[in-house]
Amino acid sequence: MSINDLFYKDLKVINNGLKSFHENLEKTGTEAIQVDWKPPAINPNLFGIIEKYQSKIDKANQKALQIILNGKPVLIGLDTAINVIPGMKKNMILHSGPPIGWERMCGPTRGAIIGALIYEGMADNPEQAEELAASGNIEYAPCHEHSTVGPMAGIVSASMPVFILKNEEYGNYAYCTMNEGLGKVLRYGAFSEEVIKKLKWMEVVLYPALKEAVEKLEKIDLKNIIAQALHMGDEVHNRNRAATSLFYRIIAPAIIQTTADSKTAADVLNFINGNDHFFLNLSMPAAKATLDAARNIKNSSICVALSRNGTDFGIQLSGTGNEWFVGIAPLPDALFFPGYTKKDANPDIGDSSITETVGLGGFAIAASPAIVQFVGGSTGDAINYTLQMYEITVGENTIYQIPYLNFRGTPTGIDIIKVVEKNITPFIDTGVAHKNPGIGQVGAGVLSAPIEPFKKAVEGFVNELDK
Amino acid sequence: MFIKGFIKKGEYFDSVSLMIVSREISKMDGILDSAVVMGTKENRSILDSAGLLVPEFENTDDTDLLIGIKAKSEKNVNDALHRVEELFQEMRKKSDETIEFQPKSLEGALKQLPDANLSLISIAGKYAANEAKKALENGLNVMLFSDNVSIEDELNLKNLALEKGLFVMGPDCGTAIINGVPLAFANVVKRGNIGIVAASGTGLQEVSSIISNEGAGISQAIGTGGRDVKKKIGGIMFIAGMKALNNDPQTKVIVLISKPPDDEVLVKISEEIKKIEKPIVAIFIGGDSEIIKRAGVIPATTLEQTALFAVAISKGLDIQDSIEAITKRNEEITKIAEKEISPKSKKQKYLHGLFSGGTLCDETQLILKNKIGDCYSNTPLNPKFKLKDVWRSEKNTILDLGDDEFTVGRPHPMIDFSLRSKKILEEAEDPEVAVILFDVVLGYGSNMNPAEELVPVLKKVKQTSPNISLICSITGTDNDPQNREFVKEELEEVGAIVMPSNAAASELVGEIIRQFGGD
Repeated sequence: MSINDLFYKDLKVINNGLKSFHENLEKTGTEAIQVDWKPPAINPNLFGIIEKYQSKIDKANQKALQIILNGKPVLIGLDTAINVIPGMKKNMILHSGPPIGWERMCGPTRGAIIGALIYEGMADNPEQAEELAASGNIEYAPCHEHSTVGPMAGIVSASMPVFILKNEEYGNYAYCTMNEGLGKVLRYGAFSEEVIKKLKWMEVVLYPALKEAVEKLEKIDLKNIIAQALHMGDEVHNRNRAATSLFYRIIAPAIIQTTADSKTAADVLNFINGNDHFFLNLSMPAAKATLDAARNIKNSSICVALSRNGTDFGIQLSGTGNEWFVGIAPLPDALFFPGYTKKDANPDIGDSSITETVGLGGFAIAASPAIVQFVGGSTGDAINYTLQMYEITVGENTIYQIPYLNFRGTPTGIDIIKVVEKNITPFIDTGVAHKNPGIGQVGAGVLSAPIEPFKKAVEGFVNELDK
Repeated sequence: MFIKGFIKKGEYFDSVSLMIVSREISKMDGILDSAVVMGTKENRSILDSAGLLVPEFENTDDTDLLIGIKAKSEKNVNDALHRVEELFQEMRKKSDETIEFQPKSLEGALKQLPDANLSLISIAGKYAANEAKKALENGLNVMLFSDNVSIEDELNLKNLALEKGLFVMGPDCGTAIINGVPLAFANVVKRGNIGIVAASGTGLQEVSSIISNEGAGISQAIGTGGRDVKKKIGGIMFIAGMKALNNDPQTKVIVLISKPPDDEVLVKISEEIKKIEKPIVAIFIGGDSEIIKRAGVIPATTLEQTALFAVAISKGLDIQDSIEAITKRNEEITKIAEKEISPKSKKQKYLHGLFSGGTLCDETQLILKNKIGDCYSNTPLNPKFKLKDVWRSEKNTILDLGDDEFTVGRPHPMIDFSLRSKKILEEAEDPEVAVILFDVVLGYGSNMNPAEELVPVLKKVKQTSPNISLICSITGTDNDPQNREFVKEELEEVGAIVMPSNAAASELVGEIIRQFGGD
C-alpha cells in the first residue's frame, strides 16, 4: 500500500478518545465512529508477551470455537445420579461453582445440602443434616468436575434422577437434575417438607415417566429446540418458556403412550407445562456437553466454564486444564419479589452461566425482549448488551441466531484476553436466592461477571503458554 | 399503619414491568411495602406472606391486576396509587428507542465501519501506542493526539507505518487536515494546491488559515508531532509527508513548518528536498535557513511570510510582491504604533504576552528579539530569560500558557480561557504594563465562543486601564465554526486591535515598545 492512497478516498475515521473530536467530525460531514474505550484490566506489558504467541493462540481458539460450533447435544435418557455420573459416590454431594468446603458455603448451598441429606435419608431433620454436612464424612465436589451442571445451589446427591445428554459430534456426556419449578425449591436453598415431598414425587412419578418417554423417542435434539426457542423470545437462561413448550410438544405424545394411567400422564404433563423453567435443566447440560468437548486445547484462551457457588465466581479455560480462576461472587442487580430487597440477596450463584459461556443467556438477550426489563428497561439496552458481547468473543454461532440482529449468530467463545484488554466482562442473566438457608428465590436480575477471575486467568494462561 | 388493596380488572402487564412499578413505589415516602401483581394463585400466596392479602383479593383470578400497599398514612397510600397509574401510563407509551451501539474497541468499530482509513487517538499516553499499533496492523492511518508516548514506541510505530505505507501523525500531533477534513485542532480552510508538512500544530493552523484567508487553499496538511524531527526519530514522517505531497498531483506547492530539526535530520530533509521539483517554502522557526536554502527551498522568516510566499507561488505570482506587501504593511504598523503610544503614561514600559499557541509564542519572541531584545518567558529563546517564577511576570514577559506547568489539571488554554482571562486582568493592574498581547486560535477543537469569553475581560481592562493597548491576532477563517470576522468585530468593538497575523501583531507590539517602552 502506498502512503498516498489515503489522499484519494473519503476519510473515514475511528475516534478513540476525546468525544468532541468525534462530534466535530460529524459536523464536518465526515463518517466517523466513536470508540467507547476503557483502559485494559491488566498491566499492558502482559499483552507484549501474549502478542508473541498470538498466532498460536488464534489457531487454538479457532479450533476450540469450531468444536463449540459443531457440538450436537441430544437428550438420550435419564438415570439415577450414582449410576451414570462419573466419579459419583454414595456420600458425595455435587454443588455449583468452583470447589468450596462446608465452612465457606453460602446459605442457599447449605440449605440445599441439608435438604439433599434429608432427601437421601441420611438425616432425619435439618439439625442432624447440618451436623453431618459439617462432619467431614460428606465429600463435596463441583458439578463441573463430574460432567454435570446444576442451577443455583446445583446440589446433586446420589439417588437423584438426572438427564443424560450426549454430544453426538464428539461422544462426550453431560448430566443435570430435573427442574423443580419456582417457589420454595431445593436449588434456592429451601429444604422444608414440601420441598422434599416434591423431590420424592419427581423421583417416583416424573422420572420414570420421562425416562420411558425419552427411551421411546430414543433421543431429543436439544440444539434444534434451542435454535427455535431463540426465534421465539427465549434466551434459554432466564426465559425458557418457548423451549419448554417446544419440548412439551415433543414429549407429550410419548408420555401418553408410555404412562400406564392417564392421571399420572396428566400430572407429569401438567408439571412440565406449569414450569416455564423446565427446559433450563436441559439448556444447561446442552451447553455443558458442547463446551466440555472444547476442553484441554493447548494455548486456547477460550472459557469453557463460568460458574458461581454463591461465595466465589470461578472460570475455567480450554488451555489451562481443570484449574479454576476465582474471585468474589458479586451481588446481582435485580428486581425483587414483594417483601424482599437487595439486603436479602445472596451473592451470585449457580452453574447456569454455562449458558452464557456457550453464547446464550445474557449473550443472547437481544433475542428475548420479554425479559429485557431485567436489564434496566429498554429493548435498546438489551441489544447493546448482546452487541457488547461480540467484543469479547471469538466467533458467532452458526445455528443459534438473533432475529432482531438480522439473524446474526450469537456471540460465541469468550476469549479472556479480549475480556481483560477491553475490560468488558460477560453479561449474565440470573435468579437471586435468599442469603439464608431454607427461604428460596427472592428475585431475578442480571450482572456483569467480576473482572478478578479473568485477570488471574490471563496470568495463569500466560504461564501455561506453549513457549 | 394502613394496608389497602386495589383491583384493576382486565389490566395486564408482564411480571417484570409490575416488579418495576412495585420497586418504584416502595421507594416513596411512607411506603412500608407494596406488591403489584397479577392475581394468580402463586402471587396471592406471595401477597399473603407479605401481609398484603386484603379480603377483597379473595375472589380474584389470573386476569386481575392486584395492587397491595402498606403505608404509614392514608395519604401515602393514595400518593402511591397515583404513582402506579402514572407508571402504567409511561409503560404503555414507552416507544422503541433507536439503537445506537458504541463499539468498545477498534475491533468492534471496524465491524461497523470496515473501510475506515484513519484512527484518531487521544486516550492516555501509556495506552495510546498499543491502540495505534492495532490500528496500523489493521491498515489504518493514525493520528496520535495523545502525548506521553515514549520515543521508543514512537519510533516503532513510525517504522511499522513506513513498512505498511501508512501515516503516523504524532504523538502529540494537534492538527492535521486530510482530504479537506480538519482533524483535532484544525481550521476550516479552502481546498487548493498547497500541501503542508508540519512538526508544529499552531504553526500549521496559522499558515493554513492565512493561506485560506488570502484566497488560496490547502491540498493536504500533514502533522508529524514535534519529536519527529529529533535525532532519534530522524524525521521519518516529515520526510514521508514530503514524499507523499511530491507524489500528490493535487499539490503544486509544498510548505514545511518546524522548529529547527536536529542537524542530522536537517541533512536528511535537505537531501529529500533536492529530489523534489515542486516549489518548497519552509520555515524552521528560529533555525538556520542556509542549508535548506542551498538545497533549493524558499526560506521564510515568519509564519505569515511562509503563507504569503506559498499563496504567491500557488497563484503564479512573484514572491517579491509578497515581500513588498509586508514591508508596506509594516509602515502602516508604525503609524498605528504612534497612535497607541501618544496617550500612554511615562510609567508604561512593558509588554505582557499571554499565548495559547506554543509556536505563536516562539514566533513572537523571535520577532521581538530583533526589535527590542529578549523577553522573559516560561519557554524563553535564551535560557537566561527563563522566569524564576512562571506565575510572576518580569519586565517584557511572554508566556506560553499551553506549556505543561500551566496545564496540569486544567484543559488547554485554547479550550479553557479562564486562566488567561484571570491573568489579563492581573496584568492590567500593573502600572508598568503598556501592551497586553494575546492570540486567539479558532477552529474545531478550540473554544467555541472566544468572543463571549474575552469581551467582558477586555472591556474591564479598558475601563480600569484605558491606556493599555490590547493587541491580538486571530488564527482562523470565516468558515471556522466561530467565524473569524465575527470574533474580530466583537473584539474590536471593545477596543482591541486585531492584526491579520501573529507576525503582524508582534511587529506592532515590538514597534510600540521599541519607540516608547523598555529600559
